[in-house]
Amino acid sequence: MPGPGDLREGPIVIVGASLAGLRAAEALRERGFTGSLTVVGDEPHPPYDRPPLSKQVLLGVSAADTTGLPMRRDPDADWRLGVRATGLDPVGRQVLLADGESLPYDRLLIATGTRARPWPRPEQAALDGVFTLRTRDDAGCLAERLAAGPRRVLVIGAGFTGSEIASACRERGIEVTVAERGTAPLVGALGGTLARFAAGLQRAHGVDLRCGVTVTALCGNDGGRFTGADLSDGSHIDADVCVIAMGAVRNVEWLADSGLAAGPHGVACDAGCRAFDMYGIVTDDVFVAGDVSRFPHPLFDYQMLSLEHWGNAVAQAEVAAHNMISSGPPRRPHLAVPVFWSSQFGVNIKSVGVPTYSDQVVIAQGSLSERRLVAVYGYRGRITAAVTVNMAKWLEYYQGLIEAAAPFPPAPGAADGHPLVTEFALPSDVPDPRGLSHGPTVALTGHLPDRRLTVVRAAG
Amino acid sequence: MAVDTLLERITDYANRPDPYPLYAELREAGVARQTDGSYLVGGYYDIVALFHNPRLSSDRRNRAGTYSGLPADEEEPRPFIRLDDPEHRRLRSLATRPFGPPHSPGRIDAMRDEITRITDELIESLQGRTRVDVVDDFAYPLPVSVICRLLGVPREDEPTFREWSNAIIDSGDIRPGEDLGTSQRAGNQARAQMGRYLVDLAEQRRGRPGDDMLSAFVNDPDPSGGLTREELAATAVLLLVAGHETTVNLITNGVLTLLRHPDQLARLRHEPDLLPGAVEELLRYEPPVHLLERIPLTHVDVAGTTIPKGVPVLLVLASGNRDPKRFRDPDRFDPTRRDNQHLGFGSGIHICYGAPLARVEAQIALGALLPHLTTATLVEDPPPYRNSAVLRGPRHLPIELAPSP
Repeated sequence: MPGPGDLREGPIVIVGASLAGLRAAEALRERGFTGSLTVVGDEPHPPYDRPPLSKQVLLGVSAADTTGLPMRRDPDADWRLGVRATGLDPVGRQVLLADGESLPYDRLLIATGTRARPWPRPEQAALDGVFTLRTRDDAGCLAERLAAGPRRVLVIGAGFTGSEIASACRERGIEVTVAERGTAPLVGALGGTLARFAAGLQRAHGVDLRCGVTVTALCGNDGGRFTGADLSDGSHIDADVCVIAMGAVRNVEWLADSGLAAGPHGVACDAGCRAFDMYGIVTDDVFVAGDVSRFPHPLFDYQMLSLEHWGNAVAQAEVAAHNMISSGPPRRPHLAVPVFWSSQFGVNIKSVGVPTYSDQVVIAQGSLSERRLVAVYGYRGRITAAVTVNMAKWLEYYQGLIEAAAPFPPAPGAADGHPLVTEFALPSDVPDPRGLSHGPTVALTGHLPDRRLTVVRAAG
Repeated sequence: MAVDTLLERITDYANRPDPYPLYAELREAGVARQTDGSYLVGGYYDIVALFHNPRLSSDRRNRAGTYSGLPADEEEPRPFIRLDDPEHRRLRSLATRPFGPPHSPGRIDAMRDEITRITDELIESLQGRTRVDVVDDFAYPLPVSVICRLLGVPREDEPTFREWSNAIIDSGDIRPGEDLGTSQRAGNQARAQMGRYLVDLAEQRRGRPGDDMLSAFVNDPDPSGGLTREELAATAVLLLVAGHETTVNLITNGVLTLLRHPDQLARLRHEPDLLPGAVEELLRYEPPVHLLERIPLTHVDVAGTTIPKGVPVLLVLASGNRDPKRFRDPDRFDPTRRDNQHLGFGSGIHICYGAPLARVEAQIALGALLPHLTTATLVEDPPPYRNSAVLRGPRHLPIELAPSP
């Protein structure tokens, strides 16, 4: 029961008006928060869903402006859309906005998510025909360009977004070249074994896949139109459209002077979504949820996870909202087992657990050749993740094994006529995230300290 | 001692009207070994875990030894519900092509008007009557007409395949302590006859396709070669039988439940938007399918018990649906229940193929009946039940209707 200084009264400010921000706002109201609630978003649009942007929207099946997120209830919030948060004063408890206003808060939720990693050379990135894909507007522009029938599209980066873009292009009959710095597509998220499978899948669908190369320059004509790119192996690709799919950058710059533990891997928080300050002290009034967060997970040795997953944003937003209006023991931890999915090149890929938290992998059901399989990942003798290709109905079983820290490899005997496990576990061949040009979908950042900092605050 | 005879009590016809106290006993016991060596599992989470466990087989040929009360398995060829991957997947995918996504995404939705028309005709035939058997006059003819239309089976052949269908259902029932030889021979014979009948119908449409599923099976060959004659027979029999025998129970159980809950009936009548949720709640509260069998391919641990390889496990779905560890106030019928991931259609790779059709039929049927049920009374409560403990539902459901004003 709330006592004096009722946590059900505000004001609460949520910075970030995407999936996590919206779900947190709804959950606050569902749990009885009656105070004033303000949601700040830098895009002018109400909250929308991103998974369709790289699939249905690029295929031309849905328009970019039709992916608005349904509201489960009206969060009765003051929406400040189209304005960016530029700073945080944690002592005066104020969020500073780009329009000069400042919003006072009792409690704050940081849900600023990520943005597309830009091409490092701005003059090349500015060429007409060069795109990134993160926002609804990005997707609308790119879809329009694909509909115009380009001769060839160059996709830089073969993570999930890059691979889905390439898949959409092929489905539309557009020639596509994918340039990937790593050894194969999806290697950063799924490790080497499934990455080799993904490479075969792309080539079977007619993708001109170039791995182990980087793009050294984007080229344009006198009119400022993109015409092609030079690769590190000395080759050149002629193309009309280029999509930079090199992963995401966490939107933390506005927190630079806040004294929070915010860096390139996100804003660190405890299992209850409470932000840490840069000294590792947990705050009581600043919470974090979604892609921008970095949190400890007991199933993965309390390493700090950064996840860019739809399901994580939803689950973490609900825990954050609950904890924002609860004090002491009723607070809950965010312990959801990570889950993500992708559809590309005619297959459905679903993952549970953290595949990059692994040293070995086995094909437990199905086979690579059938394009139906379950890959199970282990770390030091216990199961830590499973990835299904067109076999998602089995995922729940493996989630149970992950939650129970079951021994790896799993025992044999599946009912699908195949040996349950390949004879030997293979190295999972998970790359060090520092070596990837586009971030892996899952970053275990606990052992990758970014920087050393000291901030000396004036006394008083 | 009671645990040993739990299956016998569940399958005892005297307990057909209300098996739920026995299911509560089962959940209390956790996993219950039966006198014939098989196991009963009734907890929601245990059932779900077993549905998703790749070491459990749906193929009865993996049974070790004999289990006297359980149906034998001489079916040849097997319908896909009795097979494991990859055969299961191949056959189920072929059966899905003319039925649902990705090849026929709008198929069931497109039948809404037709199902409504069939429903309206049945309602029309009830006009002016004061006494109606919900089963014979409505809940049986509706799904039969729909599945006939969908498969392309002449509606007038219903009396013939009704007998076959009864024999097939009977042979799949579980009756511990009884010699099932006779009913199983009859079931196999009925399956063979119905299979021949359906293959003949399909063959008549080879090269002259209608918009029905039998036509699609013989005229839309899959690159992999499509269904063999035997596979077509097994698949078509499965679709015809499962396509109506379960929906009859869903509709009838629905009417019975609503008449027992007049407050909910009145509410649904005024808020028809609640109907889809009410059908989900019926699938939880009074599901048509109560039991399913699986066979472990290795020793499998369930709730602290190790079930040996080859020993049948009976998953009591209707018990899982009333598990208080999963559902708040599980014995309450609440059409507005939100957290309602019931086991009415099973779960995992064998999850009910016909679920989308069953949902649409039940929603339309109950929606059309609602105005007439407001003044109806049950003639018998509980009503007489069908024999089967596996596919549970009233054999007849006589009701009195107020005379039209």
